[in-house]
Amino acid sequence: MSKANAINYKKGKEPHAREYRLVFKNVDRKGWDPGIDCYLQDGGYRELKKALLMDPVDITEDVKKSGLRGRGGAGFPTGVKWGFIPPNNTKPVYLICNADESEPGTFKDRYIIHQDPHQLLEGMIISCFATGANLAYIYIREEFPEGARILEKAIEECHQKGFLGKNILKSKFDLEIFVHRGAGAYICGEETGLIESLEGKRPYPRIKPPYFPAALGLYMCPTIVNNVESLCNVKHIIAMGGDAFAKLGTARNTGTRVLCVSGDVVNPGYFEVEVGHITMGELIHDLCGGLKPGRKLKAVIPGGSSAKVLRAGEKFKIKKGDQEIEIGIEDIPMDFDTLMACGSMAGSGGVIVIDDSRKASWILNNINEFYAHESCGQCTPCREGSLWMKKITDRITRGEASPDDVETLESVAFNIDGKTICAFGEACAWPTESFVAKFREEFLADTSEKYDDAILNPETELAAAHLSSET
Amino acid sequence: MSEANDKVNVQIDGEWHQFPKGTRMIEACRLAGKEIPHYCYHPKLSSPGNCRMCLVEMGMPPRPRPGEDPPKPDKDGHLPIQWIPRPAISCANTIAEGMGIRTDSQLTNECRHGVMEFLLINHPLDCPICDQAGECRLQEFSVEFGTGGSRFREKKVKKPKNVDIGPRIRLDDERCIMCSRCIRFCQEVADDDVLGFTDRGSHTVLGVHPGKELSNNYGLNTVDICPVGALTSNDFRFQMRVWFLKETNSICTSCGRGCNIIAGAREDKLYRLTPRDNNEVNSSWMCDYGRLNFHFLTSEARLTDPMILEHRAHRIARWSEAVGRAAEKLKEFDASKIAIIASGRMTNEELFMARRLGETLGIEKIAIVPRSGEADDYLVSADKNPNTRGARLILGKKVDKQLKEIAAGVKKGTITALIALDENLLKCGFEEDTLKKLDLLISSHILANPTASLSHVVFPSTATVAEKRGTMINRTGRLQRLNQAIDPPGQAMDLWEILRDLAQALGGSNGVYLLEDVFKLMAGTIKEFEGLSLGKIGDQGLPLLKPKESIPLLERERERIEKGIIVG
Ligand SMILES: Cc1cc2nc3c(=O)[nH]c(=O)nc-3n(C[C@H](O)[C@H](O)[C@H](O)COP(=O)(O)O)c2cc1C
Ligand code: SF4
Ligand code: SF4
Ligand code: SF4
Repeated sequence: MSKANAINYKKGKEPHAREYRLVFKNVDRKGWDPGIDCYLQDGGYRELKKALLMDPVDITEDVKKSGLRGRGGAGFPTGVKWGFIPPNNTKPVYLICNADESEPGTFKDRYIIHQDPHQLLEGMIISCFATGANLAYIYIREEFPEGARILEKAIEECHQKGFLGKNILKSKFDLEIFVHRGAGAYICGEETGLIESLEGKRPYPRIKPPYFPAALGLYMCPTIVNNVESLCNVKHIIAMGGDAFAKLGTARNTGTRVLCVSGDVVNPGYFEVEVGHITMGELIHDLCGGLKPGRKLKAVIPGGSSAKVLRAGEKFKIKKGDQEIEIGIEDIPMDFDTLMACGSMAGSGGVIVIDDSRKASWILNNINEFYAHESCGQCTPCREGSLWMKKITDRITRGEASPDDVETLESVAFNIDGKTICAFGEACAWPTESFVAKFREEFLADTSEKYDDAILNPETELAAAHLSSET
Repeated sequence: MSEANDKVNVQIDGEWHQFPKGTRMIEACRLAGKEIPHYCYHPKLSSPGNCRMCLVEMGMPPRPRPGEDPPKPDKDGHLPIQWIPRPAISCANTIAEGMGIRTDSQLTNECRHGVMEFLLINHPLDCPICDQAGECRLQEFSVEFGTGGSRFREKKVKKPKNVDIGPRIRLDDERCIMCSRCIRFCQEVADDDVLGFTDRGSHTVLGVHPGKELSNNYGLNTVDICPVGALTSNDFRFQMRVWFLKETNSICTSCGRGCNIIAGAREDKLYRLTPRDNNEVNSSWMCDYGRLNFHFLTSEARLTDPMILEHRAHRIARWSEAVGRAAEKLKEFDASKIAIIASGRMTNEELFMARRLGETLGIEKIAIVPRSGEADDYLVSADKNPNTRGARLILGKKVDKQLKEIAAGVKKGTITALIALDENLLKCGFEEDTLKKLDLLISSHILANPTASLSHVVFPSTATVAEKRGTMINRTGRLQRLNQAIDPPGQAMDLWEILRDLAQALGGSNGVYLLEDVFKLMAGTIKEFEGLSLGKIGDQGLPLLKPKESIPLLERERERIEKGIIVG
């Protein structure tokens, strides 16, 4: 597919020349509205018609070939995930669109939902057809009331046009999609927590094994959970074919990705680019107009607030062909594998740029506060550790910590990492682990040895008073 | 070969074992003699894996990549183990062929230290005033896996204390470690989903749903399974330090189920009854009614001495005097004029001695008082006598139907002497006026009652719960042992002793001195008891008679075991 020349964008919202608009093709488009007529005029639902004539197995095959990796955070190959539905399954299959978009620094799904809901629905209907789901849900975070309203309306329009309901376009395929609004908790974005929430319970994530959603998901039936952006891509895979899609981006890191840049750049915003085709430096300087005047790059959190921070000046060893080369932060190509090789992750696509006006401890404390507030509290290390870390960084920012506290802080993170029910444990431990490791001097500079023996817990003080009065 | 297929080879701390397929890792380790510390896991409940205390280092044989040679087995045929850097919970995961588990490695120990520290940072550490102290998992595992000091320098999270969550239970949210055992018990076992968590993260609090209370008849089991002192029993709290309690294995006698229990006593005072595991009877649970039905032991109405009615008033008598008077009087009657009202609350040994007394004197009319009520869908049986099946076996099938005939005989005057054992006749079809017409009424009782007031000779007897030794047969035909946890007050005696003394006074020595003697006689007389002895019965009892009913709670547990939801 060539870049559509005929598309005009709203003034001031034109995509950057280096962007490749696929999923965001209609975002900020001039004369565009989220109604179905607009979408149909633009050739909408053509891929649905095409897909309904295909064998569902071939669609999954195509998605596998496309190399599409999940855009929700973990980057797991979508086609492979679909293939996990047990072959001899007799239970109903469900598909859930994860529209909980709550990782700080991430703001892409909302634009798709607000401006191009039919792209998502088309992707979903095709995905349901491929996976054999006759019932699908869009789990949308409570904080998107407008998004929920738009989706409801779009679903209604689909019903009118026969794209949803019984015997869709005479294919004998039935499908209903329901919008389910969350109640304001980050953990509802974790797929098994989401499923519990959808079942009407507290969103306590389930243990894996045995509760892998593709086998034991919603109501203990096979369930496919995919991110909004992932599902939209399915439509484009049908349009261009898996092989052609796989040519976008780089090997094993195919397609495009919507990067959400926030923080200390001149033009923060969303940019859809081919995966791995631009570097971090290009993203910051070309697409985002660079850092604020007079400022130097301090660090970047490349994949949502839970991704490990990358420090400016750090040297990263990555593989290039058979060789190992050393690169700096600005040379990192923005793809799944390289960011992983650099010790972080592409995550949800939220890139948070930090300049030298920020204090590492302040940023970490801000992140810790979020995770302490959002830990579901089900399992011990995350429940207790997330708040503990926050309390320590809080003291560090207030200048009331001792050097020992930094060590404690780091070990608390290690005691969470890898020991919890869900990946929230890592999500809350990685910021501390990486910030302390990479900005240790700065953290220590904020502490003072005079707090070494300071008793900060009033209860301890009381107890101590008792002890001394008794001797 | 097929046998081998059902077994899985696992290496635990370097040694290879075989366990059945589907065994949970934690259970495999236990069977191998390696206890894994845990809080949330309970074999009778689902496994949420939330406490993370049972994390262990785990490994599997390496999977060769395409083109790689498969791993080579060692001389015993075991493949090498590739250890996984991420620890795994051992409670919910089952073993797999070739799996390795390390219960004492650096990684495993780090996990335990970490979780222990996390559990303690916001815990109030008020052991000195906590009822759980002494049987608290938090204390126990702190000693094993904790550090002496604390690195926590922050303010602890404050939560509600002393919360009234039902008529019998109190909650201290600060002590709660959020293991969710109590919630799962209410959901999965008691079908009374009244408990739940609210709020998030470290601020999570346990509570009852608005407008509800934890008042179901099984609620106190949550207190037992709560690994810490968050849930305490109103009845037991602050009464006694648990380490002072002497524990005696026995059974509950408040209905025909015969739930296995532990009686906790100190210095002849019973403080609490708690359920004891028996997967053929009560699983790990008991009902609140049975659990709390022991306070009458210390009632003011407790009879402590034999009494003789003289000049229209009762006076305390020495034991031998009372026995002598009773025997002397009985001799005056023709056996056809005497009847015995025994009780379905008596032990087999006591019932057998009642039968012997009847045989000695030639008495043919022996009855027990039936006691039926409502069964529930869990454990409680409709039969409120704990030993109806023992009574029928020992005294004959019609024993609970003869009561009416005897009552009629007393009314008509064909029966003029009555021996009533631990039953209040006024509550089972006899009227005061007709009883007054009797020429002789000998009775035994635990508490003073109107029947005792009408009796010519009264013996103080012991209570089945905690004061007696002996055996009973429950509704499902299981022969179970009662053990004595406390000495009875005053001169109170077991009925087999009272009946032994009476029989001796009437017919001379009969060679019965000890309970064991009674059992031996019984085993020689009744074929069902053949070859048995008190010692052979053991703490879990023995199946003796055909079950006459199934136990709803156990049926449901079996289903859950089959589905792999619980271990059982
Ligand atoms: C704590 C936590 C929060 C998450 N939040 C989201 C979210 O808001 N949106 C999302 O799509 N995926 C989120 N995920 C990832 C989902 O669990 C799941 O992997 C994803 O929805 C799968 O879709 P994908 O394969 O298309 O990426 C979260 C994961 C974790 C551990
Ligand atoms: S890791 Fe945190 S968020 Fe995930 S289940 Fe445990 S407590 Fe809940
Ligand atoms: S009250 Fe006890 S049993 Fe219930 S969750 Fe808390 S610690 Fe667990
Ligand atoms: S069910 Fe019966 S035997 Fe069990 S505790 Fe209750 S009263 Fe006692």
